[in-house]
Amino acid sequence: MEKDILEILEKDSRISVEKISVMLGVDEEEVAGCIKKMEDEGIICGYTILADWDKAEKDYVAAMIEVKVTPQRDSGYEEIARRIYKFDEVKSVYLMSGAYDFMVLMDGKDIKEISHFISSKLSTLDYVTGTATHFVLKKYKDYGIVMEKEEEEDERMKVSP
Amino acid sequence: MTFIANHIKDMPRSGIRKFFDIVNEIEGAISLGVGEPDFETPWPVRERGIYTLEKKRTVYTSNAGLLELRQEISHYLDNKLGIKYNPKGEILITVGASEGIDLALRAVIEPGDEVLVVEPSYVSYKPCITMAGGVPVVIETKQENAFRLTPEELVEKITPKTKALILPYPNNPTGAIMEKSDLAAIEKVLKYRDILVISDEIYSELTYTDTPHASIASFESMRDKTIVLNGFSKAYAMTGWRLGYAAGPADIIDAMTKIHQYVIMCAPTVSQYAGIEALKSCDDAVVKMRKEYNMRRRVMRKGFLDMGLDCFEALGAFYLFPDISSTGLGSEEFAERLLMEEKVAVVPGTAFGSCGEGFIRCSYAYSIDEINTALERIARFVKHMKGE
Repeated sequence: MEKDILEILEKDSRISVEKISVMLGVDEEEVAGCIKKMEDEGIICGYTILADWDKAEKDYVAAMIEVKVTPQRDSGYEEIARRIYKFDEVKSVYLMSGAYDFMVLMDGKDIKEISHFISSKLSTLDYVTGTATHFVLKKYKDYGIVMEKEEEEDERMKVSP
Repeated sequence: MTFIANHIKDMPRSGIRKFFDIVNEIEGAISLGVGEPDFETPWPVRERGIYTLEKKRTVYTSNAGLLELRQEISHYLDNKLGIKYNPKGEILITVGASEGIDLALRAVIEPGDEVLVVEPSYVSYKPCITMAGGVPVVIETKQENAFRLTPEELVEKITPKTKALILPYPNNPTGAIMEKSDLAAIEKVLKYRDILVISDEIYSELTYTDTPHASIASFESMRDKTIVLNGFSKAYAMTGWRLGYAAGPADIIDAMTKIHQYVIMCAPTVSQYAGIEALKSCDDAVVKMRKEYNMRRRVMRKGFLDMGLDCFEALGAFYLFPDISSTGLGSEEFAERLLMEEKVAVVPGTAFGSCGEGFIRCSYAYSIDEINTALERIARFVKHMKGE
């Protein structure tokens, strides 16, 4: 049931417990309990919205930054990751396999702001050996949602056998 | 003077068609009236169709259909029903399950043969029987039995002329299913009788029970007395591709193939390749759609119960069949007035047989938002009718 609830909430985190209970055919208390449990266990980390900042803000730019680092003797990548994600500007940090170590996602009001952050904060960290910044030109789909929906007409006949 | 043959002239137009014409006149009507999925055909399937066109595979296939597709279907039926059908000789690819119905009937009916039709059910069984020269004999199922066919109801209608039984489960329009134990009781009746079962299982992937869909063909005594009809329309949201299949004993499949060869030649080639892809790579998509339908089913049923309409728990297909008799209206009047007054299209139960009187068919092949909007309007209408 946890998975079913997660799938429903992932599509619409504002849906009521009552509605979920009807959809899954289980008691409301059970649904509420299950959600609480997942919150406590950190399976549900938060409730957010998916904004198209391109539309909301005139000045908006997002970037993905590849970061190469030297892992630290005792803490490996953990401590470095923490140093990076503590910056408010940073939205996501992933440890990656392959040609670089971290993928850092961030956004700002223009290219200059982001470049400034990278040159002054990120690449100056001791163990960072290199960065490569990719600016996002256009987001087509994010977290499973298509940003600019095409008008979709129901092409089915209104009544059919 | 008319050129039209009498038996065609006398054949009634589908009740759905009549209603369809009215609905189209109403500006801004919303509908719970469709009999096809709202999902898109899964992308890998469509992509395979495109690829097939690019590769210019646009020629006829063998009459029985692509062997690779028949092999995939053979695996599928073995997995799902535990029945082994030889892809060479026991499986025929048809233009939708609809063609399968016609072929099966024409292959076996002699003039005057009786064919049992379980009602309420899909609109084309009776006309197809008539066109094949047979006599449809209706078995009416009841809400108190959750619209399942009971052995008593079956026995009552069997005569020496009975040639075949059309068993339409999971059922359109009621959403009823027949579980293994229900089928066992039917098998008992048919075991020592020479009656062919034409089992229309087009909704087989859409059942909402812990145990998967069961087929009467999986009983040993019935394997060679059953034609299983199925297709890709409902499970893979592929209605417009027109792709179905029939599986059964070699002699009947051979006879059906003969008719198919002369009237159709073969099912659309692009669709056949797409069908291979559906069977190979779309299990997850089917599971996802089923899950979504099941949620909508619960939401819709609760909606009807909340507005004080009786609505048995339909466990298959994507239809609910609420009992609207408490409103004091007949099915057709209810459907027409609901359309005029609240602009919601549903299909009167009578379109699927006279025992559908007192019921309406509501499809949940719509998003939950659309369903909720329709439910609100129906609730208002019902309240008004009941004078509350």
